[in-house]
Amino acid sequence: MAAVIETKNLAVAFGEDGSAETIFHHLNISIEAGEFVTLVGVSGAGKSTLLRVISDLIHPLEGGIEINTPQVPSRRPIAMVFQAANLMPWRTIGENIQLGLEGIEVSDDEKKKRIQSTLDLVGLADVADRWPYQLSGGQRQRIGIARALAVEPDILLMDEPFGALDAITRTGLQDELLRIWAETKKSILFVTHDIEEAVYLGDRVLLLGGKPAEIVQDYSITLDRSKRREGQEFLQQVEMVKTGLHEAIAMTNSGK
Amino acid sequence: MKSSNRYLSSFAGLVGFLLFWEVLARSGIMEAHLLPPPSTIPPVLISEFKLGIWQAMAWASLRHYSIGFFIGSILGVTLGVSVALSPRIEAGQAWLARMLRPIPPLAWIPFAIIWFGISETAAAFIISIGIFWINYFTAMSAVQAVDRDLIEVARAFGHRGFFALLRKVILPAAAPGILAGLRAGLGQGWMTVVAAELFGIEGIGQRMMEASGLLATDVVILYMFSIALLYGISDFIFVTIQGRILAWQR
Repeated sequence: MAAVIETKNLAVAFGEDGSAETIFHHLNISIEAGEFVTLVGVSGAGKSTLLRVISDLIHPLEGGIEINTPQVPSRRPIAMVFQAANLMPWRTIGENIQLGLEGIEVSDDEKKKRIQSTLDLVGLADVADRWPYQLSGGQRQRIGIARALAVEPDILLMDEPFGALDAITRTGLQDELLRIWAETKKSILFVTHDIEEAVYLGDRVLLLGGKPAEIVQDYSITLDRSKRREGQEFLQQVEMVKTGLHEAIAMTNSGK
Repeated sequence: MKSSNRYLSSFAGLVGFLLFWEVLARSGIMEAHLLPPPSTIPPVLISEFKLGIWQAMAWASLRHYSIGFFIGSILGVTLGVSVALSPRIEAGQAWLARMLRPIPPLAWIPFAIIWFGISETAAAFIISIGIFWINYFTAMSAVQAVDRDLIEVARAFGHRGFFALLRKVILPAAAPGILAGLRAGLGQGWMTVVAAELFGIEGIGQRMMEASGLLATDVVILYMFSIALLYGISDFIFVTIQGRILAWQR
């Protein structure tokens, strides 16, 4: 299968040219069509920054990104789910989902259809006319996912989407996300600081570390997803990634 | 407190105040020409109304007020928003605004008369100044307080142009603050409208000045109440509209 995202020697720095702090340079990752890739790493290593570069919110200093998706006027190739759902409080839930449909070639009828079908998909069929404040944190995060899915992206970027939720809500949403992924066959790049979440969800777990940061490990998680919540094999894989993370932290702190 | 009890208490407070005042004036503790009792006001209203004076004065003041309100609000909001959006303009205005803002609207009266004469324009100009500053600063801080994360969301979903962001995020997000500024200006305007008319421009203020010259204190009080009434009506209308626009707030 072909890669849908490929970064080529990507370099990002913040600050003015002279005193720029390099976040990463020579960063190369590649994600295959339909793959679920999770990204963990040392804090400050630029996990969120990488998502923002891929979605063209931040310009890289050097290198490039290849996005190999078909160009369709009624779709956006990439959509992002944010840590706080960040719904616009003055828009109803339906209007929030519509945000990404404004400006692409989608008829009014089609807009309504997509709002309803994405609401159905995230299990909140009848909230289109409510205001964001009337929903719980977990429900708002589902709307954040629906808003991203409504533009029918090939690539879904998720920035710690469940990080602010309680454990029970988080577990439920993880399973829901896997179901949605199975139904829609999106390619997903999912940033998290929770190793178990990363191993539970991912086909691959990428570990970002070092200064400037690079991909220091690329774990393939081959264990069948039905065996991933608990059990010896799952815990071993979590341990393996945790060990890798601790090594990466040590390496980052030593300034290598 | 239940809202029915609340209304009852508010009503009792107002009636109690009027009764106290009535007793004070009737018992001779205060001389009636210095403080006429409230019961003398309705007859005065009827006589002013029959002569057509009340309508003419209220209409004249309402005109100055409305023109001043619209000009001051539109300029204040527009400039306040622009300043908040551009760091360069923000820096340019910083000292200038600090210098001009403390000057009270009434201090502009001499220039208002020199530039516009004893005219409606002069009154509207003075009224607009106070309203301008309120809206200028509230609109500016409302826009500066817009959640950057929401702007990022809009950008991520393809709305990247300046005007798209202004329309889809910045103005709606700043709307509660901007509307609060407009409402504060609505009250401030009525405070300056009377003062702006004291120097002879037709309106409630001018009529109060005439009446006080003749020691017709009951007429003065009638127009004091009239201002309160006009303010109450305009504020009620505004709050109703504001509630509709901000239905999305909890």
